Amino acid sequence: MTTQRTHIIGRGERRVDAFGKVTGKAKFAADYSLPHQLYGATLYAEHPHATITHIDTREAERLDGVFAVLTAKDIPGENAFGIVIKNQPVLACDIVRYYGDGVALVAAATREAAEAALALIRVEYAPLPVLTDPEEALLEGSVKIHGDSNIFVHHKVRKGDIENGFAEAEIVIEKKFKTQFIEHSALEPEAALAEPAEQGGIRITGSVQNLFSSRRSVAAALNLDLNKVQIVQATLGGSFGGKDEVMTALCCRAALLSLRTGRPVKMVNTREASMRESYKRHPYVLSYKWGAKNDGSITAMEITCIADGGAYASMSPFVTWRSVVQATGPYRCGNVKTDVYAVYTNNTYTGAMRGFGSPQVNFAIESMMDMLAEAVGKDPLELRLQNCFETGAETATGQTLDHHVSLSEVLTTAADAAQFSAHWKSFRGQTSGAKRRGIGLACSYRGVSLGAEGTDAAGTIVSVQTDGSVIVSSGITDMGQGAQTQMSQIAAEVLGIGMGRIQFLNTNTSRVPDSGPTVASRGTIMGGSAAKRGAEIVRSTMLKVGSHMTGEATGALDFRDEHLVRMSDGTHLATFAEVAAECFRRGLPMYGFGWFQSPKTSWDEERGQGEAYFTYVYGANIAEVEVDIETGKVDVLRFVAVHDVGRAINRSAVLGQFYGGVAMGLGYGLLESFDFEEGIPKQLNFDEYLIPTSLDVPPIRPVVIEHPDPAGPFGAKSIGEPANELAAPAIINAIANATGRRITELPATLERVLLGHALSRTGERGSQHKTSDESCKIRPAGL
Amino acid sequence: MTKIPITTTVNGTVHTLEIAPHQTLLELLREGLGLTGTKCGCEIGECGACTVLLDGEPVNSCLVLAPQIDGRNVSTVEGLMRANATDPLQDAFMDHDAVHCGFCTPGMLMSARALLAEDAHPDEASIRTAISGNLCRCTGYVQIIEAIKHVKP
Repeated sequence: MTTQRTHIIGRGERRVDAFGKVTGKAKFAADYSLPHQLYGATLYAEHPHATITHIDTREAERLDGVFAVLTAKDIPGENAFGIVIKNQPVLACDIVRYYGDGVALVAAATREAAEAALALIRVEYAPLPVLTDPEEALLEGSVKIHGDSNIFVHHKVRKGDIENGFAEAEIVIEKKFKTQFIEHSALEPEAALAEPAEQGGIRITGSVQNLFSSRRSVAAALNLDLNKVQIVQATLGGSFGGKDEVMTALCCRAALLSLRTGRPVKMVNTREASMRESYKRHPYVLSYKWGAKNDGSITAMEITCIADGGAYASMSPFVTWRSVVQATGPYRCGNVKTDVYAVYTNNTYTGAMRGFGSPQVNFAIESMMDMLAEAVGKDPLELRLQNCFETGAETATGQTLDHHVSLSEVLTTAADAAQFSAHWKSFRGQTSGAKRRGIGLACSYRGVSLGAEGTDAAGTIVSVQTDGSVIVSSGITDMGQGAQTQMSQIAAEVLGIGMGRIQFLNTNTSRVPDSGPTVASRGTIMGGSAAKRGAEIVRSTMLKVGSHMTGEATGALDFRDEHLVRMSDGTHLATFAEVAAECFRRGLPMYGFGWFQSPKTSWDEERGQGEAYFTYVYGANIAEVEVDIETGKVDVLRFVAVHDVGRAINRSAVLGQFYGGVAMGLGYGLLESFDFEEGIPKQLNFDEYLIPTSLDVPPIRPVVIEHPDPAGPFGAKSIGEPANELAAPAIINAIANATGRRITELPATLERVLLGHALSRTGERGSQHKTSDESCKIRPAGL
Repeated sequence: MTKIPITTTVNGTVHTLEIAPHQTLLELLREGLGLTGTKCGCEIGECGACTVLLDGEPVNSCLVLAPQIDGRNVSTVEGLMRANATDPLQDAFMDHDAVHCGFCTPGMLMSARALLAEDAHPDEASIRTAISGNLCRCTGYVQIIEAIKHVKP
């Protein structure tokens, strides 16, 4: 696909929501209030695993200012939600399975009264054994969290014959990796304001990422039809995948309290409540075994991943599915056997987070790649270029990549920008000096949108007003990534108007069609494609009217610079507004409903084969670090990020995703770990859960590569998650280049870098040796 | 409960108020005065989303008790616009795409405003230090730093 000539597409236009956000006028969920509103609060479990034997709410109910105290028995409908497996309660009924389970609710006149009432609710528990280790969860004798088995997902990929593959191998590399829980850390904590609706039902304004799935659960919990539950998205203060189920629970709770009291009920999580209750990114235990020839070609990959799903199923089935599809990385291998399991434990449940199953496997894949390079005496770039997918390659799932596969271009662009190979050679084998430099490379391929995970379609409405101004709305939501701006820019391009003429409405479930969740970096490709179609419908009507007005053929006309123009000489024939007014006068619709359904995908669950995603994106990151080998401190000095995005709709927003993705990936690689002790979270605020500050993020050099893809609007694909899935392995590989030692557990804390293992603070005193990395096994095949 | 009488100036407007002794400046701004532009992110002075200027100095308003502002000047994000025109700092944030989700933005702007009042042309190191108390999860800070560097005087 060649790059289409455009006017607004590609420019770094101001965001449509920027003015409100720099003036303080933007209203986030907690900024809304209603007359006579009550404040809702949730009582959390006191144990990570226990039977609830008795709840006494009488004293709390008697407190001044308390309007309602509710428990599971007050839920009129279904007290279970979940996208695949419905096993998460709005309020725990007989049993609590993690420390963030809600047990009771209070609505009171003030926050203080609500808090005081929570303290008066007496809950008696019979504690149960606590299961926190996902590997232990696999054992037959382990405590069971739901039903008879803790294994609730097993995805497979089977290709070729790994026995033959390992028989062919001259080198076998085997390694176990571990990743940690990550807290999304959106700056805005969850909030919702529910009010009884005029004709029955409920209206909720909230910080909701996926309004339609939250609406389904609220309707089910309250026994209401979907059209009686209206969820309006407030300006959303970041999500990164994190405002799905936790907001579903909050919406259900606020709605329950509101319908019970007949008053608006506002619920705002404190940071502590947010960190305690909200789901995290899955920690994985990854066992990788690769066979290869001495020339570096890979003959077999045997991969097993165990994902800690925590207490509830949530998005685990989908997150782990992306892992199984992408577990081999973008490398050719004829013999693959991959098994990915998700298991229940009493840790906080895990779900969607930016990357969605890729950051974990990419850490293992890209570490393995560097280890293989070392074993066969090649430079990491050379080995990747030798093995990486090109156009027409077949993936581990048997899919032929028939779009333009730009991975080798992406890799060499990144390597050239960072002078990778020269640095890598010069930094190797340093033996003197306390501060040692290192450089590391990581690359990936990534399936765009939902893929064979499920139904993939979205709608956007473009409505031209009689004065030529335009209102756009969509089922795709903006969380700060800029979806509204991308969709506006696409509509503006099609209609030949400026961004200033467009007003974007926040998503409202009662006014736009269910467009699925805004996840999987699908906002631009799905919502944008729908916006393009919607705008094209209106444009077509307006061109016909323009033709009547001017006597010119529709094919000779275009809209540019807010005018109807003759294409041949660019003459302005009428203003866009005049044509809009004429359409209205003639009784013609200036309303375009664009619906876009993704191209077909397929999946055979048993063999793990199929066209997993309709297209893919390619990226490479390079980190240069300085390691203080006396303290274990790692500073990232420079960073290069290269991504083929198909086509950048808004260049500034695309770069913003690069930068933010690298920063979050740096946190994953070096700083962040949400830890538990016997199922109880150890960090509940930003004093202990450390995310990168402005002093931690290095200068980042971005390179945007554009190979437009016919699947996307104006050729655009994805960038939100690709940008976040490579920084950690690039940094870890850089540390190995600097020190000669490989880190196999994230994050690379001072202790892991200095000592090779983590130290864990206990409740008692001093520090305790917690883990030791198993030594890497690299051996000749057959031993 | 005893209320404490105070007189304070917020964004140029003088307020005479009676406030509870335990109320924070953040609560007073958001709930008492309806200035919801200032955000609540952690309530322990770690995230900087609630940064406002107190007599020109950036403070975490979640850590300031409201009675402490008696006789003092408070500036919030709502006070940045003058005569219906955006401040050059706000323009720079919009032009450099320094605003993603926008939740850290009000606090970032106030920290930047304080820095620029001291030094109209700060270098990158001073900018990074000045906003190091303001967490941002979206931008990696790059475009925010660029914006502050390029504020038109």
